[in-house]
Amino acid sequence: MREISYSEAIKEAMTQVMREDNDVFIMGEDIGVYGGAFGVTSGMIDEFGPERVRITPISEAAISGCAVGSAMTGMRPILEIQFSDFVVIAMDNIVNQAAKMRYMFGGKAKVPMVVRLPAGSGAGFAAQHSQSLEAWMTHIPGLKVVQPSNAYDAKGLLKAAIKDDNPVLFYEHKMLYNLKGDVPEESYEIPLGVADIKREGKDITIIATGMMVNHAVEAAQKLEQEGIDVEVIDPRTLVPLDEKAILESVKKTGRVLVVYEAVKRGGFGTEIVSLIAESDAFDYLDAPILRLGGVEAPIPYNPKLEKAAIPQVSDIYQKCLELMNK
Amino acid sequence: MSNELLFQELGLDNQDLKKMLYDMILIRKFEETLKQLYQQGKIHGTMHLCIGQEATAVGACFPLNNEDKITSTHRGHGHSIAKGTDVNKMVAELLGKVTGHCKGKGGSMHIADMKVGNLGANGIVAAGLPLGVGAALTSKMKELGYVVLCFFGDGATNEGAFHESLNLASIWKLPIIFFCENNLYGMSGSIKEMTNIESIAVRGSSYGIPSETINGNNILEVIKATQDAVERAKQGNGPTLIEAETYRWEGHSRSDARKYRTREEEKEWKKAKDPIDAFKEILVSNNVINENEFIELNEKAQNQMKEAVEYAEKSDDPSLDTLMTDIYA
Repeated sequence: MREISYSEAIKEAMTQVMREDNDVFIMGEDIGVYGGAFGVTSGMIDEFGPERVRITPISEAAISGCAVGSAMTGMRPILEIQFSDFVVIAMDNIVNQAAKMRYMFGGKAKVPMVVRLPAGSGAGFAAQHSQSLEAWMTHIPGLKVVQPSNAYDAKGLLKAAIKDDNPVLFYEHKMLYNLKGDVPEESYEIPLGVADIKREGKDITIIATGMMVNHAVEAAQKLEQEGIDVEVIDPRTLVPLDEKAILESVKKTGRVLVVYEAVKRGGFGTEIVSLIAESDAFDYLDAPILRLGGVEAPIPYNPKLEKAAIPQVSDIYQKCLELMNK
Repeated sequence: MSNELLFQELGLDNQDLKKMLYDMILIRKFEETLKQLYQQGKIHGTMHLCIGQEATAVGACFPLNNEDKITSTHRGHGHSIAKGTDVNKMVAELLGKVTGHCKGKGGSMHIADMKVGNLGANGIVAAGLPLGVGAALTSKMKELGYVVLCFFGDGATNEGAFHESLNLASIWKLPIIFFCENNLYGMSGSIKEMTNIESIAVRGSSYGIPSETINGNNILEVIKATQDAVERAKQGNGPTLIEAETYRWEGHSRSDARKYRTREEEKEWKKAKDPIDAFKEILVSNNVINENEFIELNEKAQNQMKEAVEYAEKSDDPSLDTLMTDIYA
C-alpha cells in the first residue's frame, strides 16, 4: 500500500467526496491558491474552482453561520477554521445554532456540516494557536466530535463525517499533518463511534486521544522491554463514544491510564475515567485509574516549556511503571 | 403618486390588499390572544410581542413566494404568520403541545416551518443574518432562484455578525435582503444611546450595499422597498439593506415595565401611527373595503384565533419519550 501524509489523506477524503457529490463544498480563510494555513487544501481550487473551494474573509462568526444556513437548505459544507483556537469566535453558530436546530425545530431541520479544526501544540505557536478545546464541544448535545490520530483514520473518518447528516467537529492535530501512513487510494469510510485498538496487550490499557495515541504506542513499545504488555485504545470519535471497546479492554487488563493533550482538568479524559468508574468494569480494576493531561497553564512559547506542558512519551512510560507497582 | 396608482405599480389587486389587511389584523389578534393566555398562566417562559409592527412583517413577506426564505428574530410571530406558517400549530407550540410546529420543544423563539420557507425564529440577536447568508449561498450555488429575507432589529446592527454578514453577502453578490425593523429599542437600549449615527441604513454603504430608510408602518412603502430588493436579488445584483422605522407597543418581553420610555411616546405611536389604521384608511378611501368589511375582517381573525386556541388546548403534551428524540438526524 502507498504511504501518504495525514494532510494528504484529509485532502483525498474531501476530493473524493466532492467528485461524487456536488452539494459538498469547502470554505474558509486562505484555502484557495494559498492552500490553507497548513496546506491541506493546496491545489483543490484547480480542480473544483472558486465556487466550491470558496475563500472567505476573516469573519469566523459569519462564515460559520453561513455554513449552518447552507447546510440546513441543502448543501454539505466543510468549513476550515484556520486554527482551532479561532472557533471561539464562531461558537454561537456551532453551539447555539448548528447543535440545537434539529431539536428546537422538532426534527424539521438537519445540519450536515463539518468544521475542520487544526488543533494542538508542539509547533511554537504559543497560547492562542495551540489549544486542545475538543472537550468543550463534547459537552454540547447535537454535535459530533472526531479526533483522528493517523492518516488512515483521518481519511476514513472525514469521509464518514462529510456524509453524516449532523454537525461534526473534526479535530486535526497540527503535528500530525506531515506524518505518513498506509492509506488505500480507494474510497472507504470509518464509521463514527467505533474505537480502534492500536496495540493489543494484557497488562495495562491506555486510552489515548489525538496525538497522544502515537505517544502511547511508542511508550508501549519501550515498556515491552520491561516485560509490560500495554494495550492502546484510540476512541477516534469522542461523540459518539465507543464505550464498549473501552470497557472491554479495561476488564481485560485491570489497569488503566488515560492520556490526553488538553488541560487535565475538565479534559475529555476525565469523562473516560468517569465512564469506567461508573461501569461494571470498575470491579475489574487492580489499581486506581491514572490520568495524564496537559498542565493547567496556557501553552507557553519556549520550546522546552511547551514540551513540558503536555504529556510526552517518557511521561507515559513512567506513569505505566507507576501503575504496575500499585 | 395616488394610492390607486401605487396599487397598480405594486401590482396589487383588491384581493391582495384585503388579504394583507387580514394578515395584519390576524397578527394583532394573535399577539393579543397570547397576552391573555399568558396572563391566564397557560403559557410558561416568556414571549416577545410584535403589536405595532404588523406592516413590516406582512409587507416584507408579501413579495416573497413559498420558495423564498426568511430568517426571523425572537420577536417573530408576525413574520411566521406573514410567511404562511400555520397559526393553529403556532399556538400549540406556545402552549408546548406535541401538535406544535416544533412538537413543543421550541416554544415562541424557535418556530420554524421549512415548507413555507420559514427558516426559523432565533433566540440569539443577529444570529439569523449569517444563517440567511448561508441559505442565499445555497440558492446561488444550486441555481434555485429563491431569495432570502433576514428580519432583525436595530439592536442586532451593533453585533459583529451583522457587519460580517453584510460584507460576506456583498462580496459574493448573494440574493438576500437584510430587513431591519428599527423599533427604536434593543430591549431597553434606545437607538439614540446605542449608536451615534443618523440612520441604520448608512451602515450598508460601508459594504457597498444599496440601502434605504422607509416608514415601516406604511405597508405600501414596505412592499415597494422589498419588491425592488427582490428584483435586484433575482437579477443577480446582490443584497439590499432596508431599514423600516416602526415601534413595538408592548415591552420587550412580559417582564418589561417600560421605564426607559415615556407614555407620551407610546401614545403618539399608538394613536397617530397605527399601521393597521393607516392601511385601513387607505383602503377605505380607495373603496377597496368599507367600515363593515373591516369589522368583519376583525371578527374573522378573532374567530380564527379562537379556533387556534381550541386546537392547541385540545392537543396533548409531548410524551416524555420524545425528550431524547430529534437530537441527531
